[in-house]
Amino acid sequence: MTHWIIAPVVLPALLAPFIVLAARYHIGIQRVFSVAGVLALISVAAGLAWQASDGTITLYQLGDWAAPFGIVLVADRLSTLMVLLTAVLALFVLLYAIGSEWDNRGRHFHALFQFQLMGIMGAFLTGDLFNLFVFFEVLLIASYGLMIHSGGNARLRAGVQYVLFNLLGSTLFLFALGAIYAEAGTLNMADLAQRVRLIDGAETVGIRLAAVLLLLVFAIKAAVLPLHFWLPSSYAEAPAPVAALFAIMTKVGAYAIIRVYTMIFSPDLDVTAGLHTTWLMPAALASLAIGMIGVLAARHLDRLVAFAVIGSMGMVMVAISLFTPTSITAALYYTVHSTLAAAALFLIVDLVRTGRADLNLIAQPVVPGAALTSALFFLAAIAMAGLPPLSGFVGKLLVLDAAFSTSAAAWIWAVVLSSSLICVVGFSRAGSTLFWKAKSMPVADEAAEPPATTPAPATLSYVAVGGLLALLVAHTVFAGPATAYMADISDQLFNPEPYIETVLDTPGKLSTPKEGY
Amino acid sequence: MELLVASAIGILTAGGIYLMLRLRTFPVILGISLLTYAVNVFLFASGRLSVGAPPILRDGVEVYTDPLPQALVLTAIVISFGMTAVVVMIALGAYLGSDDDHVDDAPDEASKGTGDAA
Repeated sequence: MTHWIIAPVVLPALLAPFIVLAARYHIGIQRVFSVAGVLALISVAAGLAWQASDGTITLYQLGDWAAPFGIVLVADRLSTLMVLLTAVLALFVLLYAIGSEWDNRGRHFHALFQFQLMGIMGAFLTGDLFNLFVFFEVLLIASYGLMIHSGGNARLRAGVQYVLFNLLGSTLFLFALGAIYAEAGTLNMADLAQRVRLIDGAETVGIRLAAVLLLLVFAIKAAVLPLHFWLPSSYAEAPAPVAALFAIMTKVGAYAIIRVYTMIFSPDLDVTAGLHTTWLMPAALASLAIGMIGVLAARHLDRLVAFAVIGSMGMVMVAISLFTPTSITAALYYTVHSTLAAAALFLIVDLVRTGRADLNLIAQPVVPGAALTSALFFLAAIAMAGLPPLSGFVGKLLVLDAAFSTSAAAWIWAVVLSSSLICVVGFSRAGSTLFWKAKSMPVADEAAEPPATTPAPATLSYVAVGGLLALLVAHTVFAGPATAYMADISDQLFNPEPYIETVLDTPGKLSTPKEGY
Repeated sequence: MELLVASAIGILTAGGIYLMLRLRTFPVILGISLLTYAVNVFLFASGRLSVGAPPILRDGVEVYTDPLPQALVLTAIVISFGMTAVVVMIALGAYLGSDDDHVDDAPDEASKGTGDAA
């Protein structure tokens, strides 16, 4: 049994208290350890992804307890991909936080950051629903701290809304888990996958209820309409690097939906028939539309990007709600794209903030560094709006292609294409107001004090944003191999037997013979 | 006993949801607490209700109660307790900072914002 699977959870879990206890007054030491930790995380994640890339499913039994009784971590293609994506994103976000001095504007940024990574990694790796809840709470409680990092009234108020909404989500999660346990008697995902199939058709009330509750919980995390209300103000008010890291948090919800609703409550099951097409699809289309309309209607740049996140999550959910292998492939490709693009945009919003009093979409005189910032904004906006040549375009094509032969094709095509247009208009309006009209602004008064005393953002900030955009470009250039790999992932998801066998048949303490059910 | 437990969960949930929909943070936090109590009892009941049955294997005992929900409830209690403490601190900070404990965006903020106040 390899112990590497638990390394992405244990490493940040050890690093965070170390940073709090040993280095709390030395921001330099904190930075060194935090970056080193994330680099180590990337190498472990890359190793795990490489190990899983040939279809191997590795199992880690905590305390060597056998599967339905003990908690297991499972590394398959999907979870290792998400772990790698998180680690890479974390590196660039961390570099930006250091470059822009955001980590020094409040206490304990690096420790909370590591705890947050621990929660996200655990949520991606776990093979147990209750353990998923626990890791959700770990990542949430760290995110509460990060969300209100460096304080301020507006941020605290947005923080209260964020925390309350997520507490409600956690409570719903517990209700769902209780209902599942009452019906199936297990919370291990692989075990559940088998037992849900055995439930008699006439007695599905409880498990149906549980499936809907669970979908609601994950939809809250993924900010699917009408459960998206927490997202705009919390993402807009959160510190920029934190908002960028939160780009992966909505994907945790999407990941959980993919995982649970392909393996446990798969669409072919009587128990949950119609759940995906009747409920998830319209909600996903609505959040795509509302997100992009929000982009057009936003009067602040940070809210504009937050609504773009809702829209792109809607796009991911549209692809997921089709629940065919090709659509899951498209959803995964778009998930990677949307994470990187949203993170880059949030960081760019912070670059734009440099030298400006607020983020109102009105023209203001040129500030130092605006040329480079505007070029980065242009690139990231192209990616987010899904214009060629960047990966958003490829992702959208994949989604449209996956939807082509389904009955909902007309709806999906109409909403995706029109919302793309609205999004393009919204982003170009924002970009031209912020960057182009700035050129024509008269310098207020000859005598007046020039406000341009703020220095241009640090080079490291640009490196971080540039790195994220370079990843987006790579995601486009290597779209062929990337989609092939995503197709492998969805193939593994739609054939869960090896996963279930690996989890349930690996011997450990308390393992029962197969007939001992 | 089933009726008692079920109605307790129902009343706690109803009260919790009613308080959650209030405008100010204090009732909302109380509502969240009530909801977490409700969910704790609900989790407890998910292992079936049985009185006087031991949860651990013992000689000469035929009827057992399921020990797992008790472990789940324990985890849930600890987590919800911690979360409630965090939300109280954040809400207190927000209240002391802006001298206003409304949960939603203030009207002037909402008109400045983009309709996210809903």
